[in-house]
Amino acid sequence: MIIAIPVSGKGQNPAVATSFGRAAHFLMYDDETGQYKILENAAMGSTGGAGIQAAQAIVDSGAEMLLTPQCGNNAAKVLAAAGLRIYKTDPGLSAMENLKAFRDNELEELRDIHEGYHGH
Amino acid sequence: MKGKTIAFLSGKGGTGKTFLAVNLASVAPSAVYIDCDVEEPNGHLFFRPAWQYSRTIHVPLPQVDPAVCNGCRKCVDFCAFSALAWANGQLILFEALCHGCGGCMMVCPNQALCEADREIGEIKGGTSAGVRVISGFLKPGEATGVSIVKSLLTQAGSGCSVFIDCPPGSSCMVSESIRDADYCVLVAEPTRFGAHNLNMVHELLRLYNKPCGAVLNKCQPGEDPSRDYCLHHGVPILARIPFDERLGLLNSNAQIAVREDKGYREMFQALLLRIDKEACDAAVGHS
Repeated sequence: MIIAIPVSGKGQNPAVATSFGRAAHFLMYDDETGQYKILENAAMGSTGGAGIQAAQAIVDSGAEMLLTPQCGNNAAKVLAAAGLRIYKTDPGLSAMENLKAFRDNELEELRDIHEGYHGH
Repeated sequence: MKGKTIAFLSGKGGTGKTFLAVNLASVAPSAVYIDCDVEEPNGHLFFRPAWQYSRTIHVPLPQVDPAVCNGCRKCVDFCAFSALAWANGQLILFEALCHGCGGCMMVCPNQALCEADREIGEIKGGTSAGVRVISGFLKPGEATGVSIVKSLLTQAGSGCSVFIDCPPGSSCMVSESIRDADYCVLVAEPTRFGAHNLNMVHELLRLYNKPCGAVLNKCQPGEDPSRDYCLHHGVPILARIPFDERLGLLNSNAQIAVREDKGYREMFQALLLRIDKEACDAAVGHS
């Protein structure tokens, strides 16, 4: 299973990005091989609909799980259609630490899907 | 002034577009005021017209036939506004993001998309003490009011002086609002922020090769970066309206200054003559 996390850097232990649609990159972790790669977020500088574009890229990547601090309702609609599940990251932890927390069942499903920031 | 179409623009809200358009329309003979600021129309709050008609505005919306769609995703890749997504074998449409351009229907190789209508707002027309008032109202949450602006501009009629109150900024809706304008008035505040925003809309007008002049509003003694911008770029300054508590008070009470005070009426009559002269000179220069 591939787990996606929006991240702000590409280093060994990047921080989780504050937003989903406008994150700089996505860290794509394969929990069967233990390997990960970085997916650039083409939607980062989009003038609108960034969440939808980012969600489309995540769906196309074949990921089945998303760990994110927040997610807008448009992106969530695309992710839900593909059957992706969304878990809320722990703000005190890095991306790798969040992955470990997820494997240890310490993260909760993201329930507070926000309205998005469309038109602002 | 006979039959000229004058548009009022600014890079930001609150500079005085509505203030100028409303007061100039109120001193002009046979005037039409068109409020193209469809996200937040407020000219009617001053005119308080008796509405005589209204019309709902629709845009085309794609509708997919899942039996025909083969998931080629050409429409998803085409949409510049991310109004379409593809997941788990189904096309997902985000109605509020759709600009109604119809491009998705054109690029679909299988005719899987057909056109439906969606209401995005309305226009209303009425009169206020001899001024024809036409306003557009975009529904909250909608992506763009370009179709409403287009519809508004068809209502102007002929032989009248038309005063177009544009949306702030330099968006598609502003470009659409100035399409038929003979002359554009840039309204700016005398601050660095004001000069920056003045530059934004001035660039837009240069792109469309529209003749223009500036009205600097809320001026006070001291530095005026917007005046400096105009002098440096050869933009004629049509008027410098001082920071005036009385004008502020009249405005905040939604009163039309020229209908309340002879001094303001004379000030706006003089400004109207100046704009008319500039617009006529520009028309001669263009022909």
